[in-house]
Parts: sequence; C-alpha cells; structure tokens
Amino acid sequence: MKGDKNYILAFLLPAFLLLGTFVYYPFLKSFYLSFFRTNGFFNKKFVGLDNYERLFSDDLLGAATLHTLEIMLYVLIFQVGIALVLAVMVDSISKGKQFFRTVFFFPIVISGAAISLLFVLIYNYQFGLLNGIIAKLGFEPILWMSETGSLKAVAVPTVWHYVGFYFVLFLTAMSKIPSDFYEAAKLEGIGGIKKTTMLTIPLILSDIKVVMILAITGTLKIFDFVFILTRGGNGTELLGTYMYKKALVDQNFGYGSTIAIYIVIFGVILSLITNRLLKREEVTY
Amino acid sequence: MQQVNPANAVPVTRGRSGKRFPFGMAFVYLCLSLWALTTIYPLIWIINNSFKSSDEVMDNSFKLAIPPDKLNYTNAFESISIGRAYANSLIMSVSVVLLVLIVAGLAAYILSRFKFRGRNLINSLLVATLLIPTFATVVPVYELLLKWKVVNTYFGLILPQTAGNLSFAILVIAGYLATIPKELEEAAFIDGCNRFNMFTKIFLPVGRPVFASTSIFVFLWSYNDLFSAIIFVNKDSVRPIVALLAQISSQYGTDFGLMAAAVVLTVIPVLIVYLFIQKYIEKGMTEGAIKG
Repeated sequence: MKGDKNYILAFLLPAFLLLGTFVYYPFLKSFYLSFFRTNGFFNKKFVGLDNYERLFSDDLLGAATLHTLEIMLYVLIFQVGIALVLAVMVDSISKGKQFFRTVFFFPIVISGAAISLLFVLIYNYQFGLLNGIIAKLGFEPILWMSETGSLKAVAVPTVWHYVGFYFVLFLTAMSKIPSDFYEAAKLEGIGGIKKTTMLTIPLILSDIKVVMILAITGTLKIFDFVFILTRGGNGTELLGTYMYKKALVDQNFGYGSTIAIYIVIFGVILSLITNRLLKREEVTY
Repeated sequence: MQQVNPANAVPVTRGRSGKRFPFGMAFVYLCLSLWALTTIYPLIWIINNSFKSSDEVMDNSFKLAIPPDKLNYTNAFESISIGRAYANSLIMSVSVVLLVLIVAGLAAYILSRFKFRGRNLINSLLVATLLIPTFATVVPVYELLLKWKVVNTYFGLILPQTAGNLSFAILVIAGYLATIPKELEEAAFIDGCNRFNMFTKIFLPVGRPVFASTSIFVFLWSYNDLFSAIIFVNKDSVRPIVALLAQISSQYGTDFGLMAAAVVLTVIPVLIVYLFIQKYIEKGMTEGAIKG
C-alpha cells in the first residue's frame, strides 16, 4: 500500500526507542564492561580478554552450565510435556474447560519467591510436608536437599510454576484449529490418540517451537527458586545465580558482565539448534 | 475461508471425542483433577496458615484454623504499611501493562501484516532480545536512571519494565495477528480504510484475546518482579508489594504466620484481577472461533 513506509517507521519507533534505551544500550554497555575488572561502580581497570580467559578455566562456571542443562532437560520434558498433555486433554473435554483453564493458571499468579518459600517448608527435614507424610506411613524421613537430590528438588517447583503458562499457549493454539479439520477426521474414522498425533500436534507445531524456545531461554534466567531454596549449594548453582553472585555479591561487575555475555551466547546457540531441529513450514488457515 | 452451509453447520462446542471413549474420558477427568488439586491446594494451605499464629503453623501446618485469627493481618497493615505498597504496585504495574499493550500492539501490527525488507531481521532481533537476562542490563540501566534522576520514582520502574516486556509481547501479539485472514484487510481497504483505521477497527477488536492474555502475563511479571524492584524503587514511598514481602522474609524470617498473611495479601488481588480478565478472554475466544 502507498504510504506504508511512514506507518512502518512510526509504529515501530516507540518500541525500538524503548528497547534501545533500556535493553540494547545497557546490554552493549555490559559487554563493554566485560573487558574490565571492576571494583564497585567507579573503579575500572581495562584488562582486555582476561575475563574471557577466566571463563574457560572457571570450574564453577562449567558446573553451573551442566546444572542449567540438566534443569533444562527436566523443563523441556516435564514442563512442556505436561503442558501439552493437559492441553490435549482439556481441548477434548466438553464440560469444565473454563474451570481447568482458570485453575491450572494459579501457580503462575503466585510469585516464584512465594512458591520457593512454600517448598522450603515442604522439603524441610524436621517438620516439612513430605517427611511428615512419610513418617506417618512409617518410613524414615528423607533428606530431600541432599548432595545429589537438591537439583531435582529445585526442579520440581520450577517446573510446576510455569506448566500453566505453556498450557494456556497450547490451548489457545489448539482452539484456533477450525472444526472442519476435525469433521474431516471424523468422517475418515480417525479418532483418539491417532487424531492427536497426526492432526492436532502437527497443526500447532510452530507454537510448540515457540514454547520450546521460551522454555529454554526461561531456564537460563531461573533465579528465585535456587536462591531461596539452596542459595546455590549442593550442586544447584545455575548460570543465573552464579552471575548474580559474581556481579552483585562479589561486586565484580566486569567478570559478572562477562558471564552474562556467555549466558546470552549460550542461549542463542541453543535456540538456533532448536530452530534447526524443528524446521517445518508455517501453517496458516 | 469456507462458507458454512447452515444445513450442515455444526455448533462450536469443542467436545470432539463424544461417545467414543467413555472410560477414556473418565481417565482424562481424573488426570486433570489431580493436577488441579496440586494447583489449588497450596493456595488453600497458605490461606489457612495465614490465620494462625506462627507457633501454630510450625506445630501443624495442616490443621484448620478454627477460629481464624486475624492477628497476622492487623500486624501487616499496622506495622508494615502494606496498603501503601499495594497502591504502588497497582499504579506501576497497570501503567506498564497499558504502555506495553500500546507500544507492542503497534509494532506487532507492522510486523505481522506488512511486508518490508528487514522484517525477518527484526523478528530475529526480537527473539534474540528474549535471551538477554535482566542481570545483563541492570547495572547500566541503574546508572542511566540515576543520571535522569528517576530512581525511586514510579517511572524508574515503569520504563525499564516496559522495555523488558516488549520483545515478548510483540512476538506473541504478532503471532496471533498473523493468523487473521487477509480478506478482512482487503475488505477494509475496499471500504476506504487507511492503515491506522484498519488497526483500530479490525485488528484491535479481533485481537482481543491475545491482548487480554498478554496483559495478564505482563501484569503478573511486573507485579512479581522482585529483582528490578529492589534495585530501582526501594524507598518506602514507592516500594511495590513484592519488595515489602522480601523484606518481611528477612526481617521477620521466622514469623511464618505473618509471612503467610503477607503472601496471601500479595496474591489474592492478582487472582481476582485474573479471574475477571479470564471471562473477557473466554468471550473473545469464542467470538473468534466462529468462522465463515
């Protein structure tokens, strides 16, 4: 259309002005800072690639990366998986859809910090919920926040928190599929599980892709749960908490920024891989 | 879009499995109810505990609070002025939502309905923006806000939070707007609408479900955002309720009753807002589902 260019510029401008000022510029500034060794706000000493070299020899960073990947696995399988299953189920029932939609969303309304506090109580060795039930059944209490179990223990509230989010995204996508497709399927005698795997899921594949990328990038930002439950101990240090420790606790903004850059690059690579693996044509109808 | 022949038009209720799997349906309902239990019970548990004194909570967190004791709530309002924090949270988060909807809506409109060079580039840029964690921008943003003297004012939180939500909002809204049939646009064009009118008369109304869902997510994210809040607006007069909550857990760390009450006060208004907007979304979605 004629005159489109003006609209394009005018409508995109506010968004990119805000993004530029509060996201891109600070991000680049952080990148700049990553080449310095800082002490508080104002003391900076240029150290070139020192911080980056430190990245490679930093064992803690390697450990944090592995932990993050492990949680990512749990998140992808369980959070996205359960969300998908729930969405398929709710999409297929006739009564109570609205109820389940509303109720499944509750955990998201509760802030991560509140949920973490909740789970601190649940996992508590002496008077927590889980051990309380176990004791009543006559078994020995389990140390949930142990060396090996802590990461899985942290994964549970993390996964639980956002299942509802992806569930809603999937359900919205599924509800946009026109009835015609399902009518045709019915006529051909396709039903139940076959209908789900061959019809519903392929049609929302682009949404599944978006959700997986959101899940992956979201994992990189996990903070509340680890911070409140374990402070990063017992093999639960994730990239997010590690960066916080370096940048804000140790006050080493320079190295902290370097870690932040590392996290971003890591995320980009993972997203690209996911995108490649799930390459499909866009479906519109 | 196919025209629906009234003779074989099918009502738009979505119970597609019908009579095929009766036992399958029971199984489905069972699973759904189990999950619903895990989402509802913690809320009940914490509301229940907020009416008990801290000792009672530690003693047995499952016992029903009878009679309910209001001490935690009076404590919350009197000693830590939770009312002020509430107002702050609401003002700031609602502003963020409105700002994001307007700015992202316009941008998403362009991204999803116009063809131009660089569109894919901008799309990829926005996805990449999702990867930038808040910690990577927080320190320079703080420096910026200091320079503009807006730290500890409402704008000090509204501006960064709006920017932080933009990439997500734009992508989600654009994703939805992209599936709106071209015929609507073409019809409007024939009717003599310019691009702006098309936005306000067609895409805004038709896009209601996605605007409503996005506003919920943005509101929640802004309302619950602890990290930015502690850094940018930590002074009493502007502090949102999450920052207050954090302070309680460190200052009154062992008063479980008070903490439970504070959590309940933090969570309930959002739940109520959410339940209201839900009705709105549901209406929007069924309106959009009738094709043809």
